[in-house]
Amino acid sequence: MASRPTLIIGIGHPDRGDDAAGRVVAAALRGRVGDGVEVIETDGEAGKLLDLIDGRADVIIVDAGLSGAAPGAIHRLDATAGPMPLPMFATSSHAIGLSESIELARALGTLPKRCLVIAIEAQRFDLGAGMSPPVTAATDTVIEDLLAELASQPA
Amino acid sequence: MARKTIKVDYLARVEGEGALTVVIRNGAVADAQLRIFEPPRFFEAFLRGRAYGEAPDITARICGICPVAYQMSAVHAMEDVLGIKVGGQLRALRRLLYCGEWIESHTLHVYMLHAPDFLGYHGAVEMARDHADIVKRGLELKKIGNALMTIVGGREVHPVNVRVGGFYKAPRKRDLLAFAGELRRARDLALETVRWTAGLDFPDRTREYELVSLSHPDEYPMNEGRIVSNRGLDIDAREYDAHFEEIHVAHSNALQARIRERGHYLVGPLARFALNFDKLSPLCREAAHEAGIAPICTNPYQSIVVRAVEVLYACDEALRIVEDYEEPDQPFIAAEPRAGVGQAATEAPRGMIYHRYRLAEDGKIEDAVIIPPTSQNQASVEDDLKVLINGWIDLPEDELRHRCEQTVRNYDPCISCATHFLDLRVDRE
Repeated sequence: MASRPTLIIGIGHPDRGDDAAGRVVAAALRGRVGDGVEVIETDGEAGKLLDLIDGRADVIIVDAGLSGAAPGAIHRLDATAGPMPLPMFATSSHAIGLSESIELARALGTLPKRCLVIAIEAQRFDLGAGMSPPVTAATDTVIEDLLAELASQPA
Repeated sequence: MARKTIKVDYLARVEGEGALTVVIRNGAVADAQLRIFEPPRFFEAFLRGRAYGEAPDITARICGICPVAYQMSAVHAMEDVLGIKVGGQLRALRRLLYCGEWIESHTLHVYMLHAPDFLGYHGAVEMARDHADIVKRGLELKKIGNALMTIVGGREVHPVNVRVGGFYKAPRKRDLLAFAGELRRARDLALETVRWTAGLDFPDRTREYELVSLSHPDEYPMNEGRIVSNRGLDIDAREYDAHFEEIHVAHSNALQARIRERGHYLVGPLARFALNFDKLSPLCREAAHEAGIAPICTNPYQSIVVRAVEVLYACDEALRIVEDYEEPDQPFIAAEPRAGVGQAATEAPRGMIYHRYRLAEDGKIEDAVIIPPTSQNQASVEDDLKVLINGWIDLPEDELRHRCEQTVRNYDPCISCATHFLDLRVDRE
């Protein structure tokens, strides 16, 4: 069976300030990545997220997070290496946050072999507000970094 | 006075953000205040000046868990202004879409958010480590609900296929028939869910509420019906404002709804179930009897069983609609804009949701009012905490806090329909 393409999942709410970050990254990558990469935007709801990653070997998830670092800080977390920092994504726009969803996949044995989480430290989640300047800059960095990484991967 | 304040930095399992303070004095709950943040207020302002046809898409973005509820209330209210009535297969398709939302939203709450409370886990992750099969059953059932929403609504999150007058595109008959097998599977899973939830260990607590829901002569209510209560209310949605009011309370940004004559009331599964039990399908009535909750359930902790019965009903009803489906000649009824006021109430998974719009002659929205179920239930949540928590006050802090959280979760509250947490404080002398 041919291996399924790398999946990039951008999580967030488009109308809630920095919570849009993951979706902004995904939207920018769509059309700029090769055939070996699939890009999906979602609200991050646990059930849907678990469905999306089920049966995948290589997943990159981009979401806004809060850890106390400076707004716009970019965290790279290897979800396959160990437990996720639970409080970090408790504030994402979902009944069960991203960390819990990943831990749920781990408990159910459906976590992909590679699951990289890129979290962009958020500043604000106000409805109707755009992304803050540091988060906007961070999304640009993440987009360029991911494009470079994907380009350097063997096809 | 010595006070002890406990702060919980995050609480998953309640959709949204909010804060809850429980004040304990002389061994009893002296006060309970729930503060919720309401995105509908933002969207009400956002809708002004937009074309009436944009309302279904815009309101669907209020909540990732129940977009259909917002869409359905919006389209019915617009059709009330425009003077069109959607019937036949288009009406059935709307009901089918709502079934999908009930399945996915209720199942999420039952399995991932509420069940851990009864089984002694902090959350779904811990529960999954010990009960992977149960969690997988929930995920499979929820996935079928999501798939149904995609087939009819066009997309799982914020369905884009809904429009005033009907749909942009009607689903093909063969696609719906091909889905019947999934729905039969979902119905089996839902029946297992009812039996499983019925066996959970429930606190022995009951409350007397004024129960409010829609009521339709021929069907369990989703999109249509009169607004009725167990205390004599029986009105059309157009009379909503004459009987209900929203008041500001000092501790909350959100408005609290009340019945003008009598005060607090309850919307949601317990209310729908009690007021419409005879409209459930025979399979559901039998399952409810077997579960020991028929024909009325007054223990809010058993709302998890009622939700399971409603999921069973949604599967049963979806299957009926799918099997009877014929492709409509037109996917929507066209209408010319006109000035006027339109109102509608529909049954979101969490309870009745009311929309009112005033349109200008060109169809621009001049005014929008959206009253979601959680703001209607807010006062009842506080009442529950004042009444039901007594008896648990001597529990250690973490157990008491858990009981408070569980009591809030009985409502499946959509505290902001996006983002953030419930900050819970227990304030003791």
